[in-house]
Amino acid sequence: MSLDTFRKETRAWLEANCPEAMRKPIRSEADICWGGKNWTFASQDQKVWFERMVEKGWTVPTWPTEYGGGGLSKEEAFVLKEEMKAIGARSPLDSFGIWMLGPALLKYGTHEQKLEHLPPIARGEIRWCQGYSEPGAGSDLVSLRTKGELKGDRYIVNGQKVWTSYADKSDWIFALVRTEPDAPKYSGISFLLIDMDQKGVSTKPIKLISGKSPFCETFFDDAEALTKNRLGEAGQGWEIAKYLLSHERAGIVSEAAFGGLNPVTAAHQSGEVEEDGRLSDPILRGDVARLTIDGLAFDATMRRVKEEADHGEGVGARASMLKYIGTELNKRRNELNMSALGYDGLLWEGEKESDGDPARSWLRSRANSIEGGTSEIQLNIVAKRVLDLPSA
Amino acid sequence: MSFVLTEDEQMLRDSARGFLAEASPVSALRKLRDAKDPVGFSRELWGQMAEMGWTGVLVSEDHGGVDMGYSAAGVILEEIGRTLTASPYLSTAVLGATAFNLAGTESQKSAWLPKIAAGETVIAFAIDEKARHAPEKIDTRAVADGNGFRLSGKKRYVVNAMGADVLIVAARTEDDRINLFLVDPEAEGVERTARRTVDSHVPADIVFDDVKLTGEAILSGAEDPEAAYRLLLDAGRACQAAELYGAALQAFDVTLDYIKGREQFGVSIATFQGLQHRAAHLYGELELTQSLVRRALTTLDTQPSQAPLWCAAAKAKATQVARLSAAEGIQMHGGVGMTDEYDIGLYYKRAQAAGEYLGDDAFGAGEVARLSGY
Repeated sequence: MSLDTFRKETRAWLEANCPEAMRKPIRSEADICWGGKNWTFASQDQKVWFERMVEKGWTVPTWPTEYGGGGLSKEEAFVLKEEMKAIGARSPLDSFGIWMLGPALLKYGTHEQKLEHLPPIARGEIRWCQGYSEPGAGSDLVSLRTKGELKGDRYIVNGQKVWTSYADKSDWIFALVRTEPDAPKYSGISFLLIDMDQKGVSTKPIKLISGKSPFCETFFDDAEALTKNRLGEAGQGWEIAKYLLSHERAGIVSEAAFGGLNPVTAAHQSGEVEEDGRLSDPILRGDVARLTIDGLAFDATMRRVKEEADHGEGVGARASMLKYIGTELNKRRNELNMSALGYDGLLWEGEKESDGDPARSWLRSRANSIEGGTSEIQLNIVAKRVLDLPSA
Repeated sequence: MSFVLTEDEQMLRDSARGFLAEASPVSALRKLRDAKDPVGFSRELWGQMAEMGWTGVLVSEDHGGVDMGYSAAGVILEEIGRTLTASPYLSTAVLGATAFNLAGTESQKSAWLPKIAAGETVIAFAIDEKARHAPEKIDTRAVADGNGFRLSGKKRYVVNAMGADVLIVAARTEDDRINLFLVDPEAEGVERTARRTVDSHVPADIVFDDVKLTGEAILSGAEDPEAAYRLLLDAGRACQAAELYGAALQAFDVTLDYIKGREQFGVSIATFQGLQHRAAHLYGELELTQSLVRRALTTLDTQPSQAPLWCAAAKAKATQVARLSAAEGIQMHGGVGMTDEYDIGLYYKRAQAAGEYLGDDAFGAGEVARLSGY
């Protein structure tokens, strides 16, 4: 099928199948569909949209159809994305399984592992979380202490993870575990897929300055992971983790660049706009314009990097640059939203369900440049791996 | 639309880089400066650029050009920016050619475009009447006089005007609209005064005192001359942004080389995290700039109606980042960065001057706000 035909058919299908309510901008966390064993849909429309997209394999358009994907080429997937954007269609399903584990499974998994784990991700049946960080380690991921002891056909896992987003709502966790305590620190780590629905796994939410939190502490107390659920070789975990981190960074970035409240809309909400549409505060207007310029530059850079990747230039460490810029931009946008909203932005709770959203989004955005490797870590990576500057 | 250069453009870039490194390294600008060159650029170099086809990139093949578009003009200007080459490339091959393409009559195109392509003429573009760019604030008047016009007014800081064969002057006609006029700089009533600027260029202030023009002097080929004027400025902004990006990139490269070679406290200063983070941040800003500049240039070539926003954004970002790159460069050089002997200071000066041309970052931000409707 030619791309033009594909575009026409896709447009018609989306037009016919995407409910009107799923074409409105995402306003808050509650509008996102995460899936999983315990998932309840926020609305009938969300459910309908989800189910129709799952049926097409379009929750993961480029994955092979045997693993629940849409089997689309990169070009077709891009057309699908453009057509979804054109009608403002929401993503039918978001998950760490799609963004992070999926690509790693596709690259490092055996056929059996793919068959077992990928389709449930594509269909939103299993919700995954990521077990990387540990208390006291921060961005220094390899200093991890969670242990996995090999006993027969399984690992016995003991230790603690922290900042595990949505661990309390997840069904499975992919975790970095030290399985060879005597090996050098980068090569003694394995990448284990662990069922959280077992006695030895427990979670506890961490309350944040934003009042809400996706983050948890996760404890392993003689938890078990079958060896067939080790991704890659024993000791290969760090390599897989690094590969996956580049996907995580891309995920955080696209989230940062994605929709949400912007300062111009915010200024309209608080009535800080002149009759001709100009923002009343000229300095705010200038700040917003500079943000717009950087936003345009960022979007163009994402497209350029993608295009260069299609021409064979690897993205590599430039993912760190994109993560750094994207997350810093998102913080700036949230700060300007708060300026434009004035006191309305400070509301913590009110009559409307959306009251308090801007403040929570603003506070939440501070984590963008900490999670997934801090901005400083990203700058270190750029300095060493892109600019080739020497280590001390 | 593509961010990746075509094969032809890559070849153009490679040959431009090689040629300019040889024929016009930074020392060439120093030479013009120290000799107090009266026009501030080399006519000989201009001829060489023409021989390589550079001056005809925006001229159709019918008129003797190579018709490669703004994307290619940007490639050349990026290299011009790297070597700080002083030339009338932007004013003649970009603004001059664009003015004729957008607003010239067929006979004006036939008369002038071949000369531009052949490198036989140098054009200076007279817009601003104040120290800051303000393309709508035009008080220069062209009053009808028989079949011709009488031109009066003052222009300031007209780039390359001291070495120009012809001036293109923005002036208001009696209907109060802005039109473009061809004016001989040697004509009676035209008085040029050279101004030496910090970047070692030689723009001129020009007074037009009741200058007599024929009816052929007005560029009257555009349906909407003001729209043509605005698009011309947009094209100039994108191309000036390309030069600024080239200068910013070179300042960065020079600085990285410097810190890699410099030792303090017994180690290479490039190992210091403070410097590494500044460099990595700057790298990101340069990447953003590159994307915007490419986007603006290719949009001019393929979707001119969408170009104004991208051109304004590209010029604003390139202005800000070129300044930042050279300023950070001076800081990372330390004391020697303040000396005339090191090139980094020349980049800082050029960034400021080229940044001002056709509107600085504040001007561009204002345009972006206006074009975005807020």
